[in-house]
Amino acid sequence: MTTQPTSSENGFSLGALFRPLRQALQNPVIAGIALIVYLIFWYLILSSLSRQDPLFPLKSMLAFPPLVLFPFLVIGAKLDGRFKALLILAVLFIVIPLVGMYDSSYFELVIQICIFSGLALGLNIVVGFAGLLDLGYVAFFAVGAYLWAMYTSNVDTWFKINDLLVPASSFYLFLFFGIIVAAIGGITLGLPVLRLRGDYLAIVTLGFGEVIRILAVNANSPTNFTNGSQGLDGVARPPSLPFLTELITRVETSLGIPINNAQSLSQQALFYIIAILIVALIIVIARRLDNSPIGRAWTAIREDEVAAIAMGVPLVRMKLLAFAMGASFAGIIGVLYASKQSFVSPESFSLNQSIGILAMVIVGGIGGIRGALFGACVVTLLNLQVLKNFSLQINNWKNIDAVIPSWLVALLVFAVVGYVLFLVVRALTPLLISLARRLNQNFNAQQIRVIVLVPLLIVVAINALQLPSFRFDDWPTQLEPAKYERLVFGVLLVVMMIFRPSGLLPEPRRKMEMQESKSTQASVPANGGKE
Amino acid sequence: MVSVRSTTDWLYRYVVFPVGQMLIFIIGAGLVVSVLAYLLAFLFPEPRPNIILVDQINRQLPGMLIAGVSLGFVYAMIALGYTLVYGVLKFINFAHSEIFMFGSVIGFEVMRRLDDTGYMQGWNPILLVAFIVLWAMLLSGLLAVLIERIAYRPLRGAPRLVPLISAIGVSLFLTDAVRAFQAITRNEFNLTYPTIDLPWLKNPIPLAFGETTVNVRVTSIIIIVAAVLMLVAMNYFVNGTKLGKGIRAVSQDMSTASLMGINVNYMISLTFFVGGSFGGAAGALFGMNVGTVTPFVGFIPGIKAFTAAVLGGIGNVTGALLGGLALGMIESFLNGILVYFPALGQRYTDVFAFSVLILILIFRPSGLLGERVDEKV
Amino acid sequence: MRTKRFVVFTLLLVVALALSATLVSAQDAKVIKIASQTPLSGPQSVLGSSMSNAVALAVEQLSGPLAEAGYKVEYVPFDDQATPDVGVANANNLVNDPAILAVIGHLNSGVAIPSSEVYDQFNLVMISPANTNPRITNRGLTTVNRVCGRDDLQGPTGARFLAGLGTVSSVYVLHDTTAYGQGVAEFFRVEAEAQGMTVLGFEGTTEAANFEGVIQPILALAPDAIYFGGIYSQTGIFINQARAAGFSGIFMGPDGTDSSEFAQLSGEAGVGTYYTSVAGPASIYPNAAQFVADYNAKFGEDPQPFAAQSYDATAIALNAILEAATIAGDVPSRAAVASVVRSTTGYEGLTGTVTFDAYGDPEVGLYYVIQVGSSDPAAWGGNTLLETLEIPSPFKVLSDSMMGG
Repeated sequence: MTTQPTSSENGFSLGALFRPLRQALQNPVIAGIALIVYLIFWYLILSSLSRQDPLFPLKSMLAFPPLVLFPFLVIGAKLDGRFKALLILAVLFIVIPLVGMYDSSYFELVIQICIFSGLALGLNIVVGFAGLLDLGYVAFFAVGAYLWAMYTSNVDTWFKINDLLVPASSFYLFLFFGIIVAAIGGITLGLPVLRLRGDYLAIVTLGFGEVIRILAVNANSPTNFTNGSQGLDGVARPPSLPFLTELITRVETSLGIPINNAQSLSQQALFYIIAILIVALIIVIARRLDNSPIGRAWTAIREDEVAAIAMGVPLVRMKLLAFAMGASFAGIIGVLYASKQSFVSPESFSLNQSIGILAMVIVGGIGGIRGALFGACVVTLLNLQVLKNFSLQINNWKNIDAVIPSWLVALLVFAVVGYVLFLVVRALTPLLISLARRLNQNFNAQQIRVIVLVPLLIVVAINALQLPSFRFDDWPTQLEPAKYERLVFGVLLVVMMIFRPSGLLPEPRRKMEMQESKSTQASVPANGGKE
Repeated sequence: MVSVRSTTDWLYRYVVFPVGQMLIFIIGAGLVVSVLAYLLAFLFPEPRPNIILVDQINRQLPGMLIAGVSLGFVYAMIALGYTLVYGVLKFINFAHSEIFMFGSVIGFEVMRRLDDTGYMQGWNPILLVAFIVLWAMLLSGLLAVLIERIAYRPLRGAPRLVPLISAIGVSLFLTDAVRAFQAITRNEFNLTYPTIDLPWLKNPIPLAFGETTVNVRVTSIIIIVAAVLMLVAMNYFVNGTKLGKGIRAVSQDMSTASLMGINVNYMISLTFFVGGSFGGAAGALFGMNVGTVTPFVGFIPGIKAFTAAVLGGIGNVTGALLGGLALGMIESFLNGILVYFPALGQRYTDVFAFSVLILILIFRPSGLLGERVDEKV
Repeated sequence: MRTKRFVVFTLLLVVALALSATLVSAQDAKVIKIASQTPLSGPQSVLGSSMSNAVALAVEQLSGPLAEAGYKVEYVPFDDQATPDVGVANANNLVNDPAILAVIGHLNSGVAIPSSEVYDQFNLVMISPANTNPRITNRGLTTVNRVCGRDDLQGPTGARFLAGLGTVSSVYVLHDTTAYGQGVAEFFRVEAEAQGMTVLGFEGTTEAANFEGVIQPILALAPDAIYFGGIYSQTGIFINQARAAGFSGIFMGPDGTDSSEFAQLSGEAGVGTYYTSVAGPASIYPNAAQFVADYNAKFGEDPQPFAAQSYDATAIALNAILEAATIAGDVPSRAAVASVVRSTTGYEGLTGTVTFDAYGDPEVGLYYVIQVGSSDPAAWGGNTLLETLEIPSPFKVLSDSMMGG
């Protein structure tokens, strides 16, 4: 089955249309200008959006992801390194905060993206670098979150009763403690599972994650540590910085943005800055680890444990280090998360969360730092922005009683059915050719597709044109789009995996390995026993 | 295949031996659990005021064992699906729990439709159960094949974790798709089996064990009998038929198998069909037992069965059976005993169950019956 | 390759935008939006969807006066997926829409607490139809109200009722480990012990279908009564299996039991079950019967627990918006709506009369003890009302005692 048709196979070549453009973008100056124009374009769109506009959800959902994914575009461009850094800094510290001032929901989104990025990067160390499948990663996240929450929550826990609460200003210190405690947790998990491999490891880590969650649910009696399923609320936030509030007020007045709530905005901005810095720190550490002897030792373990031992890789130490490093990232992010939410309860640390983080790592491209980041961005945006806004948009259309005119219904139906037919015919081409041969007709692939498709498409077109217009109000309540976001997400996961099995942004080294293993066993569709 | 010389030989190989094996597993697990229970009663005679542990255990041990066995068989049947797929494709089919759910929903649909005709009460009990279970098996098996065709086959040769994510996607899709289907067709979420119209199924059979009487539910007996029959059939299929041999060949070495003229894709589809139909049968039986299912019913049994498959040694068919029975028994035991210990309680059942799993895996890293993972040098 | 795809993608975006622009019709009326946040997907979606449906029904039926005043009321459902992350992200999204003047939600206290912090920063009023956790209002946020009962009043009500029966000397308490179920079960346990009953066990179970393991020790302990803090989808199946296994004692649950589906799930086994509720049975409140009929006509199913409360919450929000709009002469500010909601007095709803105290709790909660009378779901409205208790909210008790002393 061909999953990746090249343009020449398609029969018509889109590539030729864009070739001059592509060549032009090879030129650093043009590329640089294009990127700046791109950035300004999306900024202008986002800052001009109005919530009164019934199309707001759609526009926001189309305009915000390109802005967030801008850094990846910059990294992929052929540009001078310093200029790239400048562009990325500009988008992170100027454009996104500005957009956030117009609409603080973007701040929240970016903070959540940072949180999941940190988690994905940490899990990537365990799963991607060292090849240890961990399905209970969220446990370490929980450890970090509960650490900060237990010491500052205003619920009557053992800590509060014994006067062990710490002031909000110790937040930064606790970020550090989060690292240490979670790392110890990582080693605790790592020790008993050293001999386990693959799925045996998966189930034990899954169990560990569940155990931590069950403990969090039940550690409210006889002594109240976690307040059980009621959760800990009133978790402290780091003290806000007055100059940040002032800065925000000043920027808003000079740009003419109505000041909505400068205090809460500066709180969010502070979290945003901390989150960006933490993720940056994690990226630096992960990169240095990857390119160090430790990273190579992990690769060796991942590829072949026995050979790694034979080559003198200290297996125990390296595995434990992988667990500890991955866990410590989750720990620091956990502290940040608890403080941002100001509420911690076991519901946030379910198995689904672990699986979600794993999905980010694999969707992005396992084993690569860029891939993990990209995966975290894409999955979080999908979940929290794109799918949400899509349902909101349909709801808006329902509310304003919008009607899809019959010509548009016809066009949409024609496009979808036509594309499916095209795919079917393409898949059936060999069969059709042999059929034609039996009828003593010799056609090549191109001809037979045209012969079969054109009459079919005409039939579809005639039928589509007779469809009535569609009123959004007729949308059945059982099929309210908000109810099926997870379904769509599931389909997208399958589609992404089928079309980009090595991830959306695969690591070049990994890609090479995959192609190699594919070409050596091209005849047999096995996975070659490769872990 | 070893040629089978006589009928007695055949009977021994495909009936007496597997049934005996199951009996040994059941009796063994039951004995271990009983000994543990009385040991605890000896160590903590009165864990809570006015509670004499021995008396409590005397009262609930028979019920606990029966519950453990029937639960264990459900786990074992689901675990088979995980283990078979793992055997040939070496990945965890996370969507299997939804196939189980699908089977339970199909069981509901078939039974409800029968009930709507009004003639269900007149059906022969055995025929009725077989009819429902066979439908669930057929459709779940086909669903599993379809899933493999769409979501896994394009991913052969991709890194091992990629089909795992695809499976998670399928699982998310299936739960909500079934929910949408039921919402549109019936506008119902909790799907209740119309067992109320079947007195023979509804009324438990009182069984006396010394002084205590245990109400054994008919559905528990159905589960146990059906599971034993199916597992025997399964054993025959895998070890006694040509197709089963093909599956084993593929799971041992896919490339060599294909060189030997085995249609690998066909064998994989077949594996998914068999695994899926067992999951579906387990779903329908489970549904009859518990009475009400929902589109989200698959998650917990799915995870438990996966644990059971790993406990027994993933990829090993007998291991799935042993793992399922062992886990069902452990769970039933913990549920029954932990209640009496203040500061513990049933909420720690899963913690203890996982601790047992970890302990076993520390000493046997490839599960109870798993072989050492191949070490390529 | 990547550039090409990228350009194609951008072109598609532009085309999509252009096409969608055709789908906008002119808007003249001033738009006011009511949002809801409930789980619409995942295992808890039955309750969440039903709450969302009830809000939609309320907006449809009760926005007439606002429409006369020249405002168009729109309803925006959000899916919080029963997860705090999603709830907070949604909260941040909806506070930025100035047309949204009230939020009805959530189902889970774990989602409601962090989300309501966000609403509060933007003065957006939240009226909760289902969060019975005491901490929801105990935090003293001026924007957070609820029309449902409190766990710390409902649980003890059940315990006192059982003690009053005189035949119950031992109970076994179960809960579903959620903030709701565990919360109400804990308060039940404390009161049960205070009333002199022996609590034979206090267990949490996440099991949704197969309760065999849970039932075994209960049979061996043979309590006079079981209290299950949870939702009918669990308790209904549980009592069915418990009766089949031979349990013959009394069964009781909190208001999560209050659904005709309970009768469907438990069948004959559920007849005689007691439950506490803050919503009176339909036989006493004719409005409630009308609501059930309307709901059924529109959505083809019976409302779930908390649906009637959602309807009431929406009605209170709409009334407050109308009042604030009349005062302001224009679309009112969120702060104005919030303060009018808090000053709601004597609102006659489906589930009783609501007057908010200074913390946003109903000043006097009516707690009913009801007994299931029939295994027929259609006869759910005819369940027997055994006891009606007027319990003042903790703040009311406090302020009364301060005034008195």
